[in-house]
Amino acid sequence: MAAIEFSSVSYRMPNGVMALDDVNLRIDEGELVAIVGGNGAGKTTLLKHLNGLLKPSNGEVKIFGKSTRDSSVAQLSREVGLVFQNSDHQLFSESVKSEIAFGLRNFGFSESEIESRTEEVVNYYGLAEMLNRAPMTLSGGEKKRLCIATVMAWEPRILALDEPTVGQDYLNKKRLRDVVSSLLSKGRTVLIVSHDLEFLWPFKPRTVVMGMGKILADAPAEKIYLDSELLEKAGLRQPQLAMLAKALGRDRPFSDADEATDWINGLILKRSY
Amino acid sequence: MNRLARKLIEFKNYTFKYSGASSPTLSNVEFSVEEGEIVVIAGASGSGKSTILRSINGLIPHIYPGEYTGEVFVDGLRVKDTPTFELARRVGFLFQNPENQIFMFTVERDIAFGMENLGYPPDVMRKKTDWAMKLLGISHLAKRSPSELSDGQKQRVAIAGSLVMDPRILVLDEPTSLLDPKTALDVVELVRKLNADLGITVVLVEHRFELVAQIASRFVVINKGKVWAEGKPEDILFSDGLEEIGLSAPPIVHVEKGLVNRGADIELTLDVEEFAGRAISAWQR
Repeated sequence: MAAIEFSSVSYRMPNGVMALDDVNLRIDEGELVAIVGGNGAGKTTLLKHLNGLLKPSNGEVKIFGKSTRDSSVAQLSREVGLVFQNSDHQLFSESVKSEIAFGLRNFGFSESEIESRTEEVVNYYGLAEMLNRAPMTLSGGEKKRLCIATVMAWEPRILALDEPTVGQDYLNKKRLRDVVSSLLSKGRTVLIVSHDLEFLWPFKPRTVVMGMGKILADAPAEKIYLDSELLEKAGLRQPQLAMLAKALGRDRPFSDADEATDWINGLILKRSY
Repeated sequence: MNRLARKLIEFKNYTFKYSGASSPTLSNVEFSVEEGEIVVIAGASGSGKSTILRSINGLIPHIYPGEYTGEVFVDGLRVKDTPTFELARRVGFLFQNPENQIFMFTVERDIAFGMENLGYPPDVMRKKTDWAMKLLGISHLAKRSPSELSDGQKQRVAIAGSLVMDPRILVLDEPTSLLDPKTALDVVELVRKLNADLGITVVLVEHRFELVAQIASRFVVINKGKVWAEGKPEDILFSDGLEEIGLSAPPIVHVEKGLVNRGADIELTLDVEEFAGRAISAWQR
């Protein structure tokens, strides 16, 4: 069974703009899918369909086989954890502890379970020392981890991250990658909406390119990253390692900087020594 | 940088601890920004970058209280003794998320908001608003509601709202982080233009170094509340130890450093195409 299935989904915004235009997308359980595209491409609108925050104007969205029309946002949120781009929109409690407890309490977890799950996620996400801090006083990286921890506390089967790397530094990005890897190893389904192609690259994920509410391409990252024309059309910029590969006439992007170094060292510069 | 350039911003042995915090966020910070510069403040999350920006526009100590020692001077004014409205005339501040500073019903009202607060005459407000909208290419949006605009347009409205105050300094806190790469490049180009054409001194925080390396005159790197290094973008990005303080140079830097470590004789550049060209010509030699 597909974890997520969009069948001919269109969504017309109140102002008449087609934010999604005949989107067909099937994502299997345990898959990692990157949704990339420029501002206004429809990526966030697509995510909001996952937990029923938006319902399609036409077509159907199914989560584990069940149409989002037949479930409440609360029911869907149990299966789909959504982490918004702007942490400030998600955080509202007076302490880290009560922020995490809030969702759990809404889902009816017992107080003892709330306590044990809170302890588990704060340890895992490096927030244990900030339990009593007000979320608004945390740094951007800490806020982002708190948002993810809050959602992961109730263990949804699908996690959807909207621009998770915005404002995040290198270490936080590395941590985020570790989080994603560990979720995948537990069989979770992960969707990442991002325009940070460099961040996504180590996963070599299936990459869905969106533009003007449509899916422009759906292919492995190796293929998408070399297509500078497509990327430009989608408001994206080719990552440096792909740009370099292309400039050197190589038919696939370098996996990482070391591979690029080896390749250039071996095939090109050697001759000049 | 000519030697007569004057220091527009000066941090002198500056230490700041937020009320209630157990340790200072900034310790003995000492650096200056000269008129006409574009300075990038780089540093890992939590290193104190935003605190530096808040210390320039007077949010610290006037809005965020705490223990304040040493001095910060902006355009010759001692920040801690200068009311924020005086600083606001000199320092335009742009947040990461333009939505945090856009709230009027039309674009032009929003741009004029700061001037209204300072009691500018209506005809001056009109003229300046029109000038800023034209400069930023948003005149056609004058009557629109800011909430309907794209993120890139919103960022331009926020910049216009700062520019009408004739700031000598523009402080930008991750101005492109919400923007897609193409729009982000447009904003970076706009910042370069404001600096070149209007002579506005720019201080900005940005994580995507490859975006701003080309326009920056200098990087000031902050680690754990202290100035870790400062210098030209290339010198900073090619320096060792960035990863130890939670930063990463663009991939191309790693590739070039890898080659240098293996004895290749290449001239370092932050430009991918330029590097590829040099690699190819080395091969053809």
